[in-house]
Amino acid sequence: MNLHHFTAHQALEKISTKQTSAKDILAALGKKIAETDSTINAYVRISETPVCPSSEASQKASQEASQKASPSQTNQLPYPVPIAIKDNICIRGHETTCSSRILKGFIAPYDATVVERLQKAGVPIHGQTNMDEFAFGSSTETSCYGPSRNPWNPDCVPGGSSGGSAAAVGAHEAIWALGSDTGGSIRQPASFCGVVGMKPTYGRVSRYGLLAFASSLDQIGPITKDVADAALLMNIIAGYDPRDSTSADIPVPDYTRSLIKDIKGLKIGIPKEYFMEGIDPEVNQAVQEALQILKNSGATIRDVSLPHTEYCVATYYIVATAEASSNLARYDGVQYGSRHYPAQPRRNALIDMYEETRTQGFGKEAKRRIMLGTYALSSGYYDAYYLRGQKVRTLIKSDFENVFCDCDALITPTSPTTAFRIGEKMNDPLAMYLSDILTISANLSGIPAISVPCGFSKAGLPIGLQIMTKAFDEETLFRVAYTYEQNTEWHKQKAPLA
Amino acid sequence: MAQTEGAPGMNQTAYETVIGLEVHLQFNTKSKIFCGCANTFGAEPNTVTCPVCLGLPGSLPVLNQSALEYAIKVALALNCRINPKVRFNRKNYFYPDLPKGYQISQFELPIGEDGYVELPSDTEERKIRIHRAHLEEDAGKLIHDPAQNCSLVDYNRAGTPLMEIVTEPDIRSPEEAYFYLQTLKLLLQYLDVSDCDMEKGSLRCDANISLRPQGDPQLGTKTELKNMNSFKAVRLALEHEEERQTKTLQAGKTIAQETRLWDENLQVTRPMRSKEEAHDYRYFPEPDLMPFHLKPSAIDTLRASLPASPHQTCQRLKSDYDLNAYEAGILIQDRDLVDFFEACMREYSETKKIVNWIIGPLMQETNARKKNLKDLSLSAQAFVDLIKKVENGMISNLVGKDVLKIIIDTGQNPDIIISEQGLAQISDASALEQVIQEVLAENQKTVEQIKAGKQSALGFLVGQTMKKTRGKANPKMVNELLQRRIHNG
Amino acid sequence: MISKDDVQYIAHLARIHLAPEEIDGLTNDLEAILHYINKLEKVSIDNIEPTSHVLALHNVSRQDSVQPSLNREDVMNFAATQKNGSFSVPQVIES
Repeated sequence: MNLHHFTAHQALEKISTKQTSAKDILAALGKKIAETDSTINAYVRISETPVCPSSEASQKASQEASQKASPSQTNQLPYPVPIAIKDNICIRGHETTCSSRILKGFIAPYDATVVERLQKAGVPIHGQTNMDEFAFGSSTETSCYGPSRNPWNPDCVPGGSSGGSAAAVGAHEAIWALGSDTGGSIRQPASFCGVVGMKPTYGRVSRYGLLAFASSLDQIGPITKDVADAALLMNIIAGYDPRDSTSADIPVPDYTRSLIKDIKGLKIGIPKEYFMEGIDPEVNQAVQEALQILKNSGATIRDVSLPHTEYCVATYYIVATAEASSNLARYDGVQYGSRHYPAQPRRNALIDMYEETRTQGFGKEAKRRIMLGTYALSSGYYDAYYLRGQKVRTLIKSDFENVFCDCDALITPTSPTTAFRIGEKMNDPLAMYLSDILTISANLSGIPAISVPCGFSKAGLPIGLQIMTKAFDEETLFRVAYTYEQNTEWHKQKAPLA
Repeated sequence: MAQTEGAPGMNQTAYETVIGLEVHLQFNTKSKIFCGCANTFGAEPNTVTCPVCLGLPGSLPVLNQSALEYAIKVALALNCRINPKVRFNRKNYFYPDLPKGYQISQFELPIGEDGYVELPSDTEERKIRIHRAHLEEDAGKLIHDPAQNCSLVDYNRAGTPLMEIVTEPDIRSPEEAYFYLQTLKLLLQYLDVSDCDMEKGSLRCDANISLRPQGDPQLGTKTELKNMNSFKAVRLALEHEEERQTKTLQAGKTIAQETRLWDENLQVTRPMRSKEEAHDYRYFPEPDLMPFHLKPSAIDTLRASLPASPHQTCQRLKSDYDLNAYEAGILIQDRDLVDFFEACMREYSETKKIVNWIIGPLMQETNARKKNLKDLSLSAQAFVDLIKKVENGMISNLVGKDVLKIIIDTGQNPDIIISEQGLAQISDASALEQVIQEVLAENQKTVEQIKAGKQSALGFLVGQTMKKTRGKANPKMVNELLQRRIHNG
Repeated sequence: MISKDDVQYIAHLARIHLAPEEIDGLTNDLEAILHYINKLEKVSIDNIEPTSHVLALHNVSRQDSVQPSLNREDVMNFAATQKNGSFSVPQVIES
């Protein structure tokens, strides 16, 4: 087996028995990236010297970490398995651009909390991955570095906005990766690339150092080759952070203890609104087969309803763009990034600088979302749009709370379709937005959700199964996902470009 | 009320002046409002910043508990109703001193609303209502460099906790505005939450002023005044604007709703060029900060911890110590003075003497040195000791004032100072005889005047004697001795 | 529903300059999106509280203690333009 084909837990095992080393794995990944990334374009930056403490510091850090770690975590430290992270997570001393021109040249002077945690656990960061600009998109086509491509079919998108991370893992150009998810940006690309992608409960993982898209929706999460790796990675990155006021002060269990093949008696709900027309028949078929496997494993399946589902996309595109329009106001050329002035003066030098810098720096989709969000908050429209959106969000959230009274988990397809062709939806923003229709609700209600591979279309494109549980119940999430995965072989399939 | 004489044909309506004030107060917490950077003044530009107060990508705010407590204390001291649920909002606009492109402030659920400030008065009771008091973050500092055609931004100040206190338009004259500011400042100083120093920028004030015909309930068009750097400047700017608006209205023209800057050099208000359109701030709840539920018990604890207000202290001084309004009024201007006075009273029960020594010689010293009492090393013990020595004749009043200076300068005890410098009052008649004789001999003409009936000239001779004895002679004794020698030969 | 004038106004609020050829396209896009979003009008929201925060947390604060600040070199090293330790911007005209 090639080193770069390992999962993280396999690599850990080999490293601990001295059959290989982090250095060897890095070399293998480097070679693989050199071979295929010119096609896949998953990476925007490779670290010449991977971001990790020196071996001496690493040992000390591991020692300290094992002293501080909860009992459930000590048996897993350290984790010297290199990781790739999305280009919207700050790494001290490194350029971090959100795949946007406006941040070219911005060198983060501090580490995101998740980066600090990776470093404490001895995980080297070997590269930063491509994304839709500012996470605005579902295809990684709006990146200023050009689109990333799907390792199963390079004429297709890898999904977005964490398309680079998903493509890297799918192509085995990365052992594991971090992405971010605001409306499905981890799960949908994971589904398109045939890998595992998980969005934690809102507040489970710190957002400090994550360049914000929509503050009340964003979460950082794992993109991995299998469920076990996702659990391992969650062990490292999850937990309370006093620097993030929205971070939950709830202890982190050892998620690897949920990796058990047992869901007997588990009640699984199938929300009927997620199976309406518009779902690709092959996707539907794969999900039905998955449900059968879960039934055979002892779960009971029942139909449930989430009545406000049809309003999710509209609600999201009001609330998320409103917050985004405000979060992106800081990109103005004053402190960092490039500054521009118009050829001919327009209003006054200062306003001209703001306008030209932002006009040249932001791509089309970014401008569209900023405009939409600004409009939704503007005087005279706030009540009709933003406030109304926040109220509908309450209804969406309570739909889930109601359903989880009688269910332990919900199962749906991750995406209505498999990966679409590059360029197919770029001229129809609304069509692009609607591809998030099945994933958005988890962000609006704050619950955790995971996508696992559950089949392939006839064209050979991966299909994803989405599992959702109630807030802070990642343990059930992992248990269902692991049980399903271990009863299938989908996660072992390799992409043509892998 | 504003009224000027106009040319014939001009409108002679009597106008009422309506003023509202907006004060921003910087809190003196140790750290900034949303990050751990030190809350200081005067550091080198951009040396007290971090990802949070710089608004760097990925940064997040966390509220400083002390800032919240200070804000509640201020709102309580202003007699506001404290909202049981408060939250923060984003106020969105673009300006170089605002690093995030929005200010974290409060909108619909501020800390306090519907309060008032009582303006102390012997005659009518005046209450200026407080519309709201809320907590927010300060912006950075912008310095203009016209020579280079650029402006320079320093973010050290960004993130300083700020309390915004907005009055209803209850103020009726520039003088009253000045009085309100003085009253407010004293009130806030008692809370120990801020330096309240306009020169350092820890207290800033903007004003809104409009005129309306006397008796008209509708508000006239208001102008906003900015860039006043002292209470005096606020009053002058308002006076100037009041006159400008009066002349405009009396000429039959309308007032433009605009923002005007006070020009300290030219002593006029001028419209701001850059305000083209009203801002649409697009307020929405701050998603990065959780709401605050303020329990009644927590509010009560804070309320109980408030020190007595200046007004309450004034009343107490009058009733407990029988001080008059003037005396109490002076003492309460500095809480340390009040404490000092009471410490003195514990040592010595001669109220009037203590008050007079404080209001007289002691305050002369603090004024001359441009210092506050707390900056001087003077104990109540030493002060009272000094007063007693003057009362029992050991030293003269005049010498006493000099000794006070020396105590403040050196921290030495009065006994030591008096003995080392030989300042003891000369009350022994025989010791004074020599000097008296000299003075009489040197001032024959004056002696003749006194003998002729001009008693007032005696004071001059007393003065001469005091001079010769370097103030040490007992003036009462000198007076008696001189009288005896002059009239008895 | 959304006019070109609205779009110009919003663009200015957001400090974005739209070229004349962009305005039509953007207006159409926004019109289509807003038309879709208007389906929210069908939902009854009487007596429903808005969700500003999806986690039921409150009173999150920190102790008033001083932490180290960044070095100025780290703060300024990516500055577009600077002078004497300050960020330099085109002159702000006040009066």
